[in-house]
Amino acid sequence: MPTAPAGTLYRGREGMWSWVAHRVTGVLIFFFLLVHVLDTALVRVSPEAYNAAIGTYQTPIMGLGEAGLVAAIVFHAFNGIRILLVDFWAKGPKYQKVMLWVVAGLFVVTMAGFLPRHLMNVFGGGH
Amino acid sequence: MAHGTAAVAKVDSPRSPYVRRKTTRGNYELYSWIFMRASGVVLLVLIFGHLFVNLMVGEGVHAIDFAFVGGKWSNPMWQVWDLLMLWLAMIHGTNGVRTIINDYATRDMTRLVLKGLLYLAFTVVVVLGTLVIFTFDACPPDAPAELLASFCTA
Repeated sequence: MPTAPAGTLYRGREGMWSWVAHRVTGVLIFFFLLVHVLDTALVRVSPEAYNAAIGTYQTPIMGLGEAGLVAAIVFHAFNGIRILLVDFWAKGPKYQKVMLWVVAGLFVVTMAGFLPRHLMNVFGGGH
Repeated sequence: MAHGTAAVAKVDSPRSPYVRRKTTRGNYELYSWIFMRASGVVLLVLIFGHLFVNLMVGEGVHAIDFAFVGGKWSNPMWQVWDLLMLWLAMIHGTNGVRTIINDYATRDMTRLVLKGLLYLAFTVVVVLGTLVIFTFDACPPDAPAELLASFCTA
């Protein structure tokens, strides 16, 4: 009987950990997507039902959750481009580590653009 | 090439390309691998656009309500945008989770059950989402006017 699933630790370092993070963020985004389609479907029930559901997305706690979700999406998107370059660009595998730091840099820049605006919308007395 | 031997090996189709392994399973995994990369690039554009318009413009998440959705989906461009996003994201995500199930669920029965649930969720969400986009009424007749987009009363 197998005691542990195969491949719990590959080689460590940038290559493996970016792969782990890509999987974790991917699963996270997928489950949010399922919920998000269901809550949007409430527009077919009534305006009141939809507004009540979307109202829960506008609370401070959910606002932080949205920040986390956007962070997951931004990482997954940029690291996805890195995977593409590793697969299709001849020098991709050689620069895969460097490209992870480029991903990290682009992530920081994108989140720096998004977070202040979003947090102001969430906490800055909207409604 | 072995020179000098008189024996000539008989080859069935001498000009057919080298095949490493014959399989009856087709190229499904290859196409899935390509799809993940192609859809990923399109999704990056679609989702970044979606997040920018819904969370960054104006009051961000606070501006989203029924009237906001009504305004967006009265424009065919956003209908196509959201439909494409729904289908690509669901196929991309389902295929990703399928890969993860195949990697970690070692028992045949566990894999079967998990993938069954996954494909069920895929079907329900894609069918529901598609119906919602195409049957949406921005101005339902029995709803209070203040909850609707301004063009409903104009």
